[in-house]
Amino acid sequence: MKPFQTFDGLVAPIDRANVDTDAIIPKQFLKSIKRSGFGPNLFDEWRYLDVGQPGQDCTNRPKNPDFVLNQPRYQGAQILLARDNFGCGSSREHAPWALEDYGFRVIIAPSFADIFFNNSFKNGLLPIKLDAAELDVLFAQCEATEGYRLKVDLAAQTITRPDGKAIPFDVDPFRKECLLNGWDDIGLTLRHDDEIRAFEAKRRTEHPYYFA
Amino acid sequence: MAPQTLYEKLWSSHVVHQEADGTALIYIDRHLVHEVTSPQAFEGLKLAGRKPWRISSIVATADHNTPTDHWDEGITDPVSRQQVETLDANIREVGSLAYFPFKNERQGIIHVIGPENGTTLPGMTVVCGDSHTSTHGAFACLAHGIGTSEVEHVLATQCLLQKKSKTMLVKVEGQLGRGVTAKDVVLAVIGRIGTAGGTGYAIEFGGSAIRSLSMEGRMTVCNMAIEAGARAGLVAVDETTIAYLRDKPFAPKGELWDKAAAYWRTLKSDEGAQFDKIVEIDAATIAPQVTWGTSPEMVTTVDGRVPDPAQFADPVKREGAERALKYMGLAPNTAITEIAVDQVFIGSCTNSRIEDLREAAAVAKGRRKAASVKRVLVVPGSGLVKHQAEAEGLDKVFLEAGFEWREPGCSMCLAMNADRLEPGERCASTSNRNFEGRQGAGGRTHLVSPAMAAAAAVTGHFADVRELA
Ligand code: SF4
Repeated sequence: MKPFQTFDGLVAPIDRANVDTDAIIPKQFLKSIKRSGFGPNLFDEWRYLDVGQPGQDCTNRPKNPDFVLNQPRYQGAQILLARDNFGCGSSREHAPWALEDYGFRVIIAPSFADIFFNNSFKNGLLPIKLDAAELDVLFAQCEATEGYRLKVDLAAQTITRPDGKAIPFDVDPFRKECLLNGWDDIGLTLRHDDEIRAFEAKRRTEHPYYFA
Repeated sequence: MAPQTLYEKLWSSHVVHQEADGTALIYIDRHLVHEVTSPQAFEGLKLAGRKPWRISSIVATADHNTPTDHWDEGITDPVSRQQVETLDANIREVGSLAYFPFKNERQGIIHVIGPENGTTLPGMTVVCGDSHTSTHGAFACLAHGIGTSEVEHVLATQCLLQKKSKTMLVKVEGQLGRGVTAKDVVLAVIGRIGTAGGTGYAIEFGGSAIRSLSMEGRMTVCNMAIEAGARAGLVAVDETTIAYLRDKPFAPKGELWDKAAAYWRTLKSDEGAQFDKIVEIDAATIAPQVTWGTSPEMVTTVDGRVPDPAQFADPVKREGAERALKYMGLAPNTAITEIAVDQVFIGSCTNSRIEDLREAAAVAKGRRKAASVKRVLVVPGSGLVKHQAEAEGLDKVFLEAGFEWREPGCSMCLAMNADRLEPGERCASTSNRNFEGRQGAGGRTHLVSPAMAAAAAVTGHFADVRELA
């Protein structure tokens, strides 16, 4: 996993609540057995006017001019502003894979669906929960200012607006540590392999019916 | 010891290690695997040179991509076939406690086959790379949907990194009215608390109305806990649970059974246990439910009307409702019973078990699919369900009514195989998600119970199953 430290990126807004994982990456793309290459199909049904198929070259597909990410001013966006309950729906990790592959590194929303939130951290994508009022300001500024950028400092836990105001955010210390260092969860967990073995042996004795 | 909730009991009996900030390593007893969310995990494991920690925890099947007809032709979509074959190869290489591949008589939707084979047992932690893993909570299991990185993590370490959830008790007291099912209960709960209402919580469903549900009904309720935002749903063990599990193929036998059952009977919230939140619902007030929008919380009763977005005070909700009505092609204030459907889908891990099929068949019996309805798909949740239904003659009832009787799988719940809606088509569906495009790009989904789906099939529009008598 790529380590995440400070980061300065162009911002794009998706101003709707309950953006679900079917919208983020429609199911026909889940047939892939790979982890990469989902970026061109991010928000496929909103982004294109035709129906996308896996394995298709997307460069010449008709784009929906009304979809926000298709506007020229948001090309190259790396920070996404979103509304409540972003990423609700399925457990598909293809959702953060698609966001990351498209180029997003940070998603800022008032709330996220649990599994999506979890999956994001495992893929170097930082989901930040921000107070709705604070976020309203970001939406307004972003829409009013072409080329609107934000600076995200994970170590300091701040988002800095172009006007210089720094907004603090919360992040779980353990996840922060992993993300800052680009640590692999599995490697970390296996440091406790003795404890896992001991736990398992005890459970096997106390509850043998789970080990049949 | 202070009184504990069921969730706390399950949590504390699985903590292997805890970090200072509360992040814990939780031991996983059962790992359910299907073809869509596992290939990248097996690949990652191999690339890192790691071995699975405990093969006997793995139960696998192919369900999402498998066709539901023309099984003799195999899987004709090459991309789907590759995914299913990748699972075959991975399980062959790695091993498992049980594998029910495509065409096996016990193959089916992972959340249907786990319980029916007795591989889901009370007190376990159960994970699967699928959000509807919450289904298994009906057996007082701590059951979570996980992402693919976590699938790999569980394969490699037999553990999951987790933070303890908050606890919510949804208490449904009283008696459900005639024609009101588990599906209506859970849709009514989601209508009340919203699709994010359970975020951060494990929801325990309790109260006399839940106690009176069969295991299948409890699974329907827990299945949709995730649609309320909760990663896990739970129902305490009682004699209904114990009776269901007795003699299931993988359930313990003899002395082990007695020992297990004695432990399982302790798996309930203690008297006086504290929940972070309690929601109370009077069962008698629940009517058959129909969703009208593109999120399961956009739901009303069959005798209700499509809401008028202008009446929503919250601007985000108003906009959401406007967008949903536009997508659904519905005008505000339309009576639900005036909405005509093009297709009907009876199936999915929410409602494809034998009792669901019996409910649908009871309505279909002696009636015919309305001429205006293009297709009614009945897709059993597993080979065993299909077998049982055929033994009871339900297949005949459906076929005589002009419905299609299919092979088991996820089918039109998410339309990864050939079963799907055309753009603009409207469907009465017993599945769990009415998101845009879920059942096919541009398709319009209304979530209902199996009886209500059958009622829509025979009348051509939503109809109050209580009046069909
Ligand atoms: S039936 Fe639907 S919800 Fe259930 S596992 Fe299959 S695709 Fe997922």
